Amino acid sequence: MSILIDKSSRILIQGFTGDKGSFHGKEMQDYAGNVVGGVTPGKGGRTHLGLPVFDTVRDAVSATGANASITFVAPPFCADAIMEAATAGLRLVCAITDGIPAQDMMRVKRYLRRFPRERRTLLVGPNCAGIISPGRAMLGIMPPHIYLPGNVGIVSRSGTLGYEAASQLMALGIGVSTSVGIGGDPINGSSFLDHLALFEQDPETHAVLMIGEIGGAQEAEAAAWIKAHMTKPVVGYVAGLTAPKGRRMGHAGAIISGAGDSAAEKAEIMSFYGLTVAPSAGELGSTVAGLLGRKRQAA
Amino acid sequence: MNLHEYQAKELLQSAGVEVPRGAVAFSPDQAVYAATEIGGWHWAVKAQVHAGARGKAGGIKLCRTYGEVRDAAENMLGKRLVTHQTGPEGKPVQRVYIEAADKIDREFYLGYVLDRKEERIRVIASREGGMEIEQIAAEKPDALIQVTVEPAVGLLPFQAREIAFGLGLNIKQVQRATQTILGAYRAFRDADATMLEINPLVLMHDERVIALDAKMVVDDNALFRQRAIEGMRDPSQDDPREAQAAEHSLNYVGLDGTIGCIVNGAGLAMATMDVIKYAGGEPANFLDVGGGASPERVATAFRLVLSDSRVQSILVNIFAGINRCDWVAQGVVQAAHETKIDVPLIVRLAGTNVEAGRRILAESGLPLITADTLSDAADKAVKAARQRLQ
Repeated sequence: MSILIDKSSRILIQGFTGDKGSFHGKEMQDYAGNVVGGVTPGKGGRTHLGLPVFDTVRDAVSATGANASITFVAPPFCADAIMEAATAGLRLVCAITDGIPAQDMMRVKRYLRRFPRERRTLLVGPNCAGIISPGRAMLGIMPPHIYLPGNVGIVSRSGTLGYEAASQLMALGIGVSTSVGIGGDPINGSSFLDHLALFEQDPETHAVLMIGEIGGAQEAEAAAWIKAHMTKPVVGYVAGLTAPKGRRMGHAGAIISGAGDSAAEKAEIMSFYGLTVAPSAGELGSTVAGLLGRKRQAA
Repeated sequence: MNLHEYQAKELLQSAGVEVPRGAVAFSPDQAVYAATEIGGWHWAVKAQVHAGARGKAGGIKLCRTYGEVRDAAENMLGKRLVTHQTGPEGKPVQRVYIEAADKIDREFYLGYVLDRKEERIRVIASREGGMEIEQIAAEKPDALIQVTVEPAVGLLPFQAREIAFGLGLNIKQVQRATQTILGAYRAFRDADATMLEINPLVLMHDERVIALDAKMVVDDNALFRQRAIEGMRDPSQDDPREAQAAEHSLNYVGLDGTIGCIVNGAGLAMATMDVIKYAGGEPANFLDVGGGASPERVATAFRLVLSDSRVQSILVNIFAGINRCDWVAQGVVQAAHETKIDVPLIVRLAGTNVEAGRRILAESGLPLITADTLSDAADKAVKAARQRLQ
């Protein structure tokens, strides 16, 4: 098993006929062959990459039975695209788009809460690298060959730092059950906590690597939750130890603006709640390996 | 994007918030002319910089004559104002704001922020005007009045009234303050702001409620639909290298170490800086070249990093996903030939087509130091910088 996506996922691409939608659509299709179509308003009825194109998500879902979408829609229109997907009944939407206004995301989050829990959409991203369950399915833009199938779950705010982690693990012969990028924006569709809860339930995930960064309270909330509810070992890392206060470090959400925002504070909170904190981004893989080794010895 | 006080006040005023009569001036002559136009007997001359704590730093001067206005403007314009928020280099003062200064009865704090945890706009008010909000929160947390805004309906009049009553105002004053609190919310919402601080909000002797100072930050992601606000950008307030980087859509933040960094992805860029520190060095900058690290972007990145005279070595760390290593390597080679790099260059490539990329670097004949892992690259960059400084 894995979390969020597997071989049975039926993927729809929003913003299908654009450059990014086309490029990554093909990559995803080559990887797992479970892309069932795409949406580009005004291009319904055409065929793109051998797959049907629809005008609306509603049409696409009823014709293809899609259950997940990935959106490459441009920032001014992306919030609308996410809410369209949620209304069409897709339970999983992954937003790759970087640059969605924060107030749009506020509205999106409010809108998603309108749906009863059993029909509610889980949004991953925006401004993220997406999701991969190695050997099963990809709903993202990552280079898939750096992921070995296995038992470590990765959840990361940063895309490239998630790649770094996966490749360090691969170099040590350690595989990944699912890797999720939750994105670098101040308001995320889903949080560390949402995905940690899923990893906790997934029998194939034996340990989790959680990669945070400066800004926001997510890492601290997740760490407290881990202490109270998680039985699986978690390795934590927080990027931005050398980041100055009050400066935005690339990601819209990566800024130290108040108490608890800094990497040092977050790492301390993680340690306090019993997580194993990787001392450096160069030691993500080895820290996980060490933890798995100890676990094996204990068992 | 940061706005100047006078720009924020323009936005507040058009949303129905009362502000003192005022005008911006770029020269002492204009400042005096502004004072005559504004009328009255007292004026405040305020340096327009993207930083707070101007009062204590001499950036706000109360004047009683036109001569004093001229002197104050002359003393501020063309200088750099150093406040405890600017860092030691300060911010250049290229414009001053002249404002009517009337009698104040009481001062309050009124702030609006995008609350990341609640995913809503939060309004914060306090009777302790003039103090910094962090200080109020630390010393008198009970003195904070807070309400969160439900995005579906916006800030409601009863919430604004609760705040106004909480500030200890009488009913007549509450009616005025409610209009101000609702107006400022509309200004925040319509400008796609992420932060708005009216500190102080003042009650005048004649019971008017006025925004005496205003600080506003607008969401960069929303500038595509905020053309008028985009036009208010003042590049003089930004670090020149950061402004140059922004023109090429590169994310650069200058620090004061000796090891320049060129990385793709914000998280990996931060982590690279941290690994340098972990290896015993100090990073000179944060620089994210983004996903499509084309040769032109890489060349621009090199120029930016090299324009910092403190840089003693450069670490290029690219984890290629969509963009392939061979392509990035070509960019590095091309940039190295074009920009005459006179410090050691450490290159670490990983990801798609890494072998081809390494081959291109090896065959380029450039005096590159290659590294396989992040830790190895940081160690080599720190060592190279140390050797040069010895």
